[in-house]
Amino acid sequence: MATPSPDIRPNRLGKAEIDRNFADLHEPLSRSEALIEADRCYFCYDAPCTTACPTGIDIPGFIQKIRSDNIRGSAQTILRENIMGGMCARVCPTEVLCEEACVRNTHEERPVNIGLLQRYATDPIFESATPLFERAASSGKTVAIVGGGPAGLSAAHRLAMLGHDVKVFNRDSKLGGLNEYGIAAYKTVNDFAQREVDYILSIGGIDVENNVALGADFSLADLRSNYDAVFLGIGLGSVNELGLENEDLPGVKNAIDYIADLRQADDKGSLPVGRNVVVVGGGMTAIDIAVQSKRLGAERVDIVYRRGPEQMGASQFEQDLARTNGVTIHHWAAPVALSADAGGVISIELEKTELDKGGKLRTTGEIFTLRADVVFKAIGQKLDDARIGDELAALQLQGGKIVVDQSQATSLDNVWAGGDCAVGGDDLTVSAVQHGKVAAIAIDHALRS
Amino acid sequence: MADLTSEFLGIASPNPFWLASAPPTDKAYNVNRAFEAGWGGVVWKTLGEDPPIVNVNGPRYSALHSNDRRVIGFNNIELITDRPLQVNLDEIRQIKRDWPDRAVVVSVMLPMNEETWAKYVPMIEDTGADAFELNFGCPHGMSERGMGAAVGQVPEYIQMATEWCKKVASIPVIVKLTPNVTNIVPPAKAAQDGGADAVSLINTINSIMRVNYDTLTMYPSTDGMGTHGGYCGEAVKPIALNMVAEIARNAKTSKIPISGIGGISNWRDAVDFLALGASNVQVCTAAMVYGFKIIDDLTDGLGTFLDDKGMHSVRELVGKAVPSVTDWQYLNLNYIEKAFIDQELCIKCGRCHIACEDTSHQAITQTLNGERHFEVIDDECVGCNLCVSVCPVDSCITMHPMTDGIDARTGKAISNKKLNWTMHPNNPMRKDG
Repeated sequence: MATPSPDIRPNRLGKAEIDRNFADLHEPLSRSEALIEADRCYFCYDAPCTTACPTGIDIPGFIQKIRSDNIRGSAQTILRENIMGGMCARVCPTEVLCEEACVRNTHEERPVNIGLLQRYATDPIFESATPLFERAASSGKTVAIVGGGPAGLSAAHRLAMLGHDVKVFNRDSKLGGLNEYGIAAYKTVNDFAQREVDYILSIGGIDVENNVALGADFSLADLRSNYDAVFLGIGLGSVNELGLENEDLPGVKNAIDYIADLRQADDKGSLPVGRNVVVVGGGMTAIDIAVQSKRLGAERVDIVYRRGPEQMGASQFEQDLARTNGVTIHHWAAPVALSADAGGVISIELEKTELDKGGKLRTTGEIFTLRADVVFKAIGQKLDDARIGDELAALQLQGGKIVVDQSQATSLDNVWAGGDCAVGGDDLTVSAVQHGKVAAIAIDHALRS
Repeated sequence: MADLTSEFLGIASPNPFWLASAPPTDKAYNVNRAFEAGWGGVVWKTLGEDPPIVNVNGPRYSALHSNDRRVIGFNNIELITDRPLQVNLDEIRQIKRDWPDRAVVVSVMLPMNEETWAKYVPMIEDTGADAFELNFGCPHGMSERGMGAAVGQVPEYIQMATEWCKKVASIPVIVKLTPNVTNIVPPAKAAQDGGADAVSLINTINSIMRVNYDTLTMYPSTDGMGTHGGYCGEAVKPIALNMVAEIARNAKTSKIPISGIGGISNWRDAVDFLALGASNVQVCTAAMVYGFKIIDDLTDGLGTFLDDKGMHSVRELVGKAVPSVTDWQYLNLNYIEKAFIDQELCIKCGRCHIACEDTSHQAITQTLNGERHFEVIDDECVGCNLCVSVCPVDSCITMHPMTDGIDARTGKAISNKKLNWTMHPNNPMRKDG
């Protein structure tokens, strides 16, 4: 047996195969496909799909405009509720949002393909950079936004539109947050995240400073005294730990970091890939890292999740996507130990779990082992207490997140928050965009009264 | 299966489906293919005087499409045959010889002078054709020259030209009527008075399809200019059915045989025309859109339908629905229906609600206990059938007659006594008793 232990190396697949594996997950619709699909929309009254959309896009309205070749009007209908309607068309779990609510499901179990129609309507706008929104007359007010992810950019765009001058403080070197760093590459090809960022900034009135972090480079108190309002869209900066021995060994990685590396890599083949990969977790990130590992050439990829398929954060579609990519999903299994040799981790030991009569999760004592050259942690993120703990001390927190009211206002005067860092944040771009929009409208109201 | 053979004016054909006078019947090649496919007969594309007319060398056709490009309506500016008369006559003669069991009718359009009719009618009859069809219907091009619809719009001209033709023809004469009139009965009566053996209808309807959105000029165009065409296809069927039924139910015209034309695309459409008084039907657009093979569904579907109805021949179906067509003033105003929504089938799209709420009688709920729930409010429902019409689910909303009890809307007891407008107390012109 000459295989190295652990077996981790780049270029497991040729460039052509990797390019193919990381092409667009869903081909965009052609005009005739879009027209036929749009015709399937019943133009429901008080449409359930619109109710199911966190940003409340008038879905029958934009589909009707597709039907009459009014693509610009259709895009405007989408983007005025959700400025990231282009990204959401690619990454929204539509099967549990708008498309789940589609009345077509009742008799034919095939909803209108709202996601791809939304992409059909918005793609030309981003390609041609057609301006659809104008700034209102200057209010003379300034707003600081911390975080350049979906929540922050959504708030920034809406505030700029409403006439305020916005400054975005961004921790990373590029804007976009998880859209840029955290979503599987095949869901957003051709640098779409940056094209969307460019479109958002093109409205004007948004000043951006990259590579600056709250707590390290500036403080919340400074922002509060220098700006008329502050919006926090800081996401969740650190990753939950397994709490096992050997967790700091080479080969045990944060899924989110690896996905970011993959998104930023010019040559995806250059990333080291384990022969046997085990992913711990049950959300979208777990699926994204598992499928991408497989598509980079990992021989065997296992997802282990301590509960059942219904409790997984990843939708059924995502779970199916993993399986069709050859990923094995083990439900009801919790990691108990990481085994290592001199080179790093070599296997993970798991214990089966079940629910007791009271519905509480417990282990059964049955142990099994999976070979693991790489273990990815994808069990959620949390606020980075080490870096910003002091900053957040003044804010009311609950369950590790910032408490906000219905208008996304925090417990601190003139401070709003949204996205994953706030209570109600659910790891979805679309929810973060809505938080940013709601907060911007509330900030505008506060600054004008 | 039921007997599909048809006899129209004594002309036998294996089924009641003829191809209408149009591009599909312009020459022997097409007609041979049609007969091979199983069509019962053809009306040869309209012959005229020599030298033949010329057609435009650009778009002759355009269509009203659904989003999946299904042709709903169809428009043409093609004229009558543009081939020399003798070529057509030779081909008609050969076709009739090769297909003795099929109907071969020849459409004719001639100027309004008797000598021309006296000259051409015998030449055409000599081919062995089964009948003439006089084209008094084409609404474009030829009508500018005093033929086609220009004749069909003036009953006196119809009668005159029909008489000229009948004088020299020994085979039956069918008069094809234009729908571009306000009342179809006078033209039909004029044909009858001129001695026509039958009428056929409808020809096409004056139409402009749309504009070109880039150039804001009429579409389609010939070198930048357009002219109105004749509209046909599925979209015109209801207009045609009304005209057929008007002739069939009018005492002055009810005896004249009718060949029904206008948007027939499947066997059900044929049932409509036959039940409303046509003795056979003619098809064009559906064949131009899908080819001659559609005859399979037309014949098979009609035969199966007749079997299901316990009818043995097409004849038994002809005119069946005519007695049910009347004037508005004779409708029973005491008859009451209410809509009913089957909650098992309802997909909760809300279309019935918003249609009724915005544009009608506010008679459909939107919610029940905070949940989407669409149910008819009998207190408000006037039985208008709008909800049935807009519901995307087949049979989800149905109309139910009230036979007894109280109408919740009016608070009045259901009366089984018929009451029409001529007797209604609100009618100042009512006939008492």
